[in-house]
Amino acid sequence: MKKIVIIDYNIGNLQSVQAAFLRLGQETVISRDLEEIRKADALILPGVGAFPTAMNNLKKFNLIELIQERAAAGIPILGICLGMQVLFEKGYEIEERQGLGLLKGEVIPIKTNEKIPHMGWNQLNLAKASPTTHYLSDNDEVYFVHSYQATCPDDELIAYTTYGEVKIPAIVGKNNVIGCQFHPEKSGEIGRKVLKAFLEEI
Amino acid sequence: MLTKRIIPCLDIKNGKVVKGINFVGLREIGDPVELAKIYEEQCADEIVFLDITASFEEREIIGELIGRAARELSIPLTVGGGIRSIDDFRRILARGADKVSVNSAAIENPELIRQAANEFGVQCVVVAIDAKKRADHRGYDVYIKGGRENAGLDLVDWAKKCERLGAGEILLTSMDKDGTKTGYDLEMLNDVCTAVNIPVVASGGCGKISDIVEVFQNTRSDAALFASLFHYGEATVDEVKDELIKNNIPARIIKKETL
Repeated sequence: MKKIVIIDYNIGNLQSVQAAFLRLGQETVISRDLEEIRKADALILPGVGAFPTAMNNLKKFNLIELIQERAAAGIPILGICLGMQVLFEKGYEIEERQGLGLLKGEVIPIKTNEKIPHMGWNQLNLAKASPTTHYLSDNDEVYFVHSYQATCPDDELIAYTTYGEVKIPAIVGKNNVIGCQFHPEKSGEIGRKVLKAFLEEI
Repeated sequence: MLTKRIIPCLDIKNGKVVKGINFVGLREIGDPVELAKIYEEQCADEIVFLDITASFEEREIIGELIGRAARELSIPLTVGGGIRSIDDFRRILARGADKVSVNSAAIENPELIRQAANEFGVQCVVVAIDAKKRADHRGYDVYIKGGRENAGLDLVDWAKKCERLGAGEILLTSMDKDGTKTGYDLEMLNDVCTAVNIPVVASGGCGKISDIVEVFQNTRSDAALFASLFHYGEATVDEVKDELIKNNIPARIIKKETL
């Protein structure tokens, strides 16, 4: 079986992500061990909380360069929620901070008069073809909870959602690096389809 | 467009759903996880577990339930009841809950909201507020300890303070309406929804499907919680969703197809 590591950098609940893969019959390892991560066929970067905390923790556990190196080696990486946000070059939550820089773009506050956080089930609009959205259709609903959003070039935008007047990147990615702003592990059947498609690409 | 959420709340005592729930043609289901899974299949958008015993001895029982629910559910889970400290937040989140709902302890120590938001993120901090109309009909008083004690706070002031401190959501229960099955407290919900800019969950008074339609037509509530509407199989969450869509209220429905 493929070896998948869910990166444990002390940033929220990893068990739900592990449970979601298990429901698909895929075992995963929760770890921050550098050797374990280096040997993985795919990496999952989850996370809830704040951008600077996430980067601090990645640094503390010596994970920044390792993740960048594995991404460059073509290993599939899936970032979820805050784990997606740190894939970008820069974030502006609390303070300006460098991200992992695996995707081009920045993470900024959601600028809307609607309620913040953007919390609940919202529709996906598919922007470009991608293996990640193989099983999805326009208007499929997934569970979001966040106050910051990515801005990215069109060639990285796989699906977006609309909140008030704002277009929010929901699935982003380039080559082997994929990010979901929503929580596939909490998005019922649609979330399951996203994870299944990711597994099939490994 | 963000859809309106439908949230079943399961009151749990000694590890069992209080009263149990009789679905048509099914045996009584006392196991909260089994029941939550049925609700998930019916298209519930989230589940709330409210631990109404919340004694020290019961902690392990509820902890085990949360762990099992987190493994089996693929929709968000909120857990409330007897939350006193940042350690309680940590313990419940570590078991796999997505949000923690805090009530009396937040009033006794409002810094708990800020602390929890800083440590775990605003998205997992739900402040539950029980309120009741004042005798002179000018505003609402906040109650604590399961509605037994007037906290001496004005509802709208307290809700705004919760938002400032970092609450990610407010779960607002009308004590006047709770248990009456005469519909949600629209006036109270409007007072809070116009005062804060975080999501508000309507609670208390739901007796029929049209009450849920009404709360979304007449307030800016983001979600409707019910504890007893479906207890005896009067309605299913699917039926609520169909009715919302008929009334042009955005709601999530499950397309009936599998992989």
